[in-house]
Amino acid sequence: MKQELVIIGAGMASGRVIEHLLKEDPDAFEITLFNAEPRGNYNRIMLSPVLSGDKSYADIITHTDDWYEQNGITCRFGEHVVRIDRETGTVVGQRGALPYDKLLIATGSAPFIIPVEGKDLPGVITYRDLDDTNAMIEAAASGGKAVVIGGGLLGLEAAAGLKERGMDVTVLHLMGHLMERQLDESAGFLLRRDLEKRGIKVKCRASTAAILGETRVEGVLLEDNEGLEADLVVMAVGIRPETRLATDAGLDVARGITVDAELRTSDPDIHAVGECVEFDGQLFGLVAPLYDQARVVADSLLGRSAAFTPKELSTKLKVTGCDLFSAGDFADGAGREDIVFRDPSRGVYKRLVLEENRLVGAVFYGDTRDSNWFFGLIQSGEDISEMRDTLIFGPAYQGGAALDPMAAVAALPLDAEICGCNGVSKGDIVAAIEGGATDLGTVRSLTKASSSCGTCTGLVEQVLGVTLGDDFVIPAAASICGCTDLSHEDVRRMIKSRELKSMAAVWQELGWKTSCGCHVCRPALNFYLLADWPLEYRDDPQSRFINERKHANIQKDGTYSVVPRMWGGMTTPDELRAIADAAEKYNVPTVHVTGGQRIDLLGVRGEDLPAIWADLNAAGMVSGHAYAKGLRTVKTCVGKDHCRFGTQDSTGLGIALEKRLWGSWTPHKVKLAVSGCPRNCAEATCKDIGVVCVDSGYQIGVAGAAGMDVKETERLADVATEQEALDLITAFFQLYRENAKYLDRPYKWVAKVGLDWVKDQVFDADTRQGLIERFELSQSIYQKDPWAEEARKSGEKYQPLADFKLEAAE
Amino acid sequence: MSQDWIDIGELSDIPARGARVVRTAVGCVAVFRTGSDEVFALQNRCPHKGGPLSEGIVHGKSVTCPLHNWVFSLETGEAQGADVGHVRTYPARIEAGRILLETSFLQARMAAE
Repeated sequence: MKQELVIIGAGMASGRVIEHLLKEDPDAFEITLFNAEPRGNYNRIMLSPVLSGDKSYADIITHTDDWYEQNGITCRFGEHVVRIDRETGTVVGQRGALPYDKLLIATGSAPFIIPVEGKDLPGVITYRDLDDTNAMIEAAASGGKAVVIGGGLLGLEAAAGLKERGMDVTVLHLMGHLMERQLDESAGFLLRRDLEKRGIKVKCRASTAAILGETRVEGVLLEDNEGLEADLVVMAVGIRPETRLATDAGLDVARGITVDAELRTSDPDIHAVGECVEFDGQLFGLVAPLYDQARVVADSLLGRSAAFTPKELSTKLKVTGCDLFSAGDFADGAGREDIVFRDPSRGVYKRLVLEENRLVGAVFYGDTRDSNWFFGLIQSGEDISEMRDTLIFGPAYQGGAALDPMAAVAALPLDAEICGCNGVSKGDIVAAIEGGATDLGTVRSLTKASSSCGTCTGLVEQVLGVTLGDDFVIPAAASICGCTDLSHEDVRRMIKSRELKSMAAVWQELGWKTSCGCHVCRPALNFYLLADWPLEYRDDPQSRFINERKHANIQKDGTYSVVPRMWGGMTTPDELRAIADAAEKYNVPTVHVTGGQRIDLLGVRGEDLPAIWADLNAAGMVSGHAYAKGLRTVKTCVGKDHCRFGTQDSTGLGIALEKRLWGSWTPHKVKLAVSGCPRNCAEATCKDIGVVCVDSGYQIGVAGAAGMDVKETERLADVATEQEALDLITAFFQLYRENAKYLDRPYKWVAKVGLDWVKDQVFDADTRQGLIERFELSQSIYQKDPWAEEARKSGEKYQPLADFKLEAAE
Repeated sequence: MSQDWIDIGELSDIPARGARVVRTAVGCVAVFRTGSDEVFALQNRCPHKGGPLSEGIVHGKSVTCPLHNWVFSLETGEAQGADVGHVRTYPARIEAGRILLETSFLQARMAAE
């Protein structure tokens, strides 16, 4: 006597269960298969190729109508199951009830819909089944703009398919990089670059505020108020287990339907399989574990013992031309070691994460040929210490010896290309060396090798070393930090020449050895990127030292100091009153006048910062940036208005300079002064930039210092008018921003590049104009008062996340 | 020891590679979020000169003290490199996007007072 088996849901898991049952014991069950979709089992993971046009629906059907008929399976497709009645052991469908001996719930999952206004407008769809796919194909037929919300696997596959079908596609992703659950930032960067190359626009950290439209979708509004036009919006932000029937039937449900290792629910006659189940706290969305579950369920239904054990999972993206692979756990941490391989020119990135000589995680981008072998190592947990040195090169290289790089360069033929940018061969470099060149600089000027992007610098040095022998010691240029062998100067040059516009781009393209930098390199990179790409780069507060992140100076006891700007050292009774009021209101213990003629309020509590800023803002004052690697103060004397020796309006020039330069970020702090006569009461001759006014005009000095080193300024120029002084100083300031190493003050930088070179740049009218224009462009973004912004929008981050002080004290 | 977990907020309340503090009767606890969205809780005090670790730069699973650049492992609380010192660590985890701290440390330390 056959038992009645009812299956709810014709997905990939249940299809596999039926196959196992028929193969193991075709006479055990009379099977009825319900499916809400008006069709049977198909290969859901192949929907992306259907969307992109690489396959048709017919190609992805796994079980045809004939197959169901031949195997005696009763199909109730296009019929929703209304409820499960466990009392009577029946499943109630829209077209009638059916008794079961055994029930299998395989309802899969439902797409998550972000609860924003406009989510129900026509033209807003999810990406889950064939109907969704067909809706997208239909929408794409008339072209137009598509916005895909969600930069995970599904979202990106939808985006690529829609682009393939001719739509103008933008992907919005809430997190900082694409597929953040499967990829680290570097791989995410490469993926983004590949998608952008095919014309897909990607916006990360984009939070959807609303979907716009009257009768159908017209656009998407983001939290930052940016609006995007859209004829089609695809929501692919995630899925959640479809558990409603199980919950209504009183089965145990957590995030998914709770099952034991045999996939039995809390009712022994009811099993569940696939994306709708939760086992041991885990949910399952990929095919491999679903198929494992299907085999176990079949055995369990047939009364055989079997147990499901979750295994390590791997992910691949089905977008042609984007080769990526991710498996295991790739978070970094103590006790874990990374092996990272980057080949920027081929767009290849490989990262292995080791723990106790075992491979625990892997991320590959661009070259995934050996991914199965690595995945095998993760699953087996084999000890890899023997092959550690060559592990990253894959199975073909195990047992090989490491190459000495110098021997490799020596073995290169003379016609081998060393510098790809300028087409310079090894022979050209050797000829230059034989002609007398003994260092990198000379080789660079004679052959142009390594003078463009600079990535071949190491190779050129090795050619020098091989050719000159012991006469040449490869200079160990101080690298930024342990994360890279490159110097600050190399990194700056490559950020410009290779148009690297994000931190992840720098890490990847320049071969960073750590996954996300460190406290030494990140602040430097953050500055370089925002100085070079003010429009494109987005400042990263987490890569700034606390003073800049909190816009105040941290003191030894963890309190902060606050300094409002007093333009050119001028103030008014109203401002002084406001400062005094603020000092009293916030119990400021110390009020001090700084060396730069500003008033410092010392000892402000961190959580009071936004409030004291708001008060000072209300009195018309803005941040003095006393904490910043940026323009701090312009010190002045009183000039000709009051002083019997004053020759020019030094206070006015000081104010003009401060108003022009404030708010910009620089490699290090910058201090200016303007004195009204050669008596130099503002001490302008020991500042980063100092002006001494004289009868004939303005003497501009630069590269002075009065800190750890004391140094007199060097004369940049004597000019007749205030406008000329402003222009030259702005150009010098921008030249410093564009070229200096992070944490070099101008005097250190000028000593490296030479004052003559600086003069050549700022005296050339075109170059000067370009510098000024680029400075003004940057100021259009960065000249803003951080106090006002912070006080307005994010005061809460200055507060503790939680306060248990009161509760705990009770 | 009982495992009492207390919900202190959303993961998104802390910026990636950042930290926030939780104030307790026995001092502040710094709750860190790494670039790969893990959370760690440490005493908010550098053993060197008392710097607030919550204000440091977070890199990998380490934090650098904002006062004098000592680096600590977020997992073990041990000072890294040449420096020697230890910061107390507390159990923390994420569940459904919420940050949970284990409260027994509060009770244990209160009982000791």
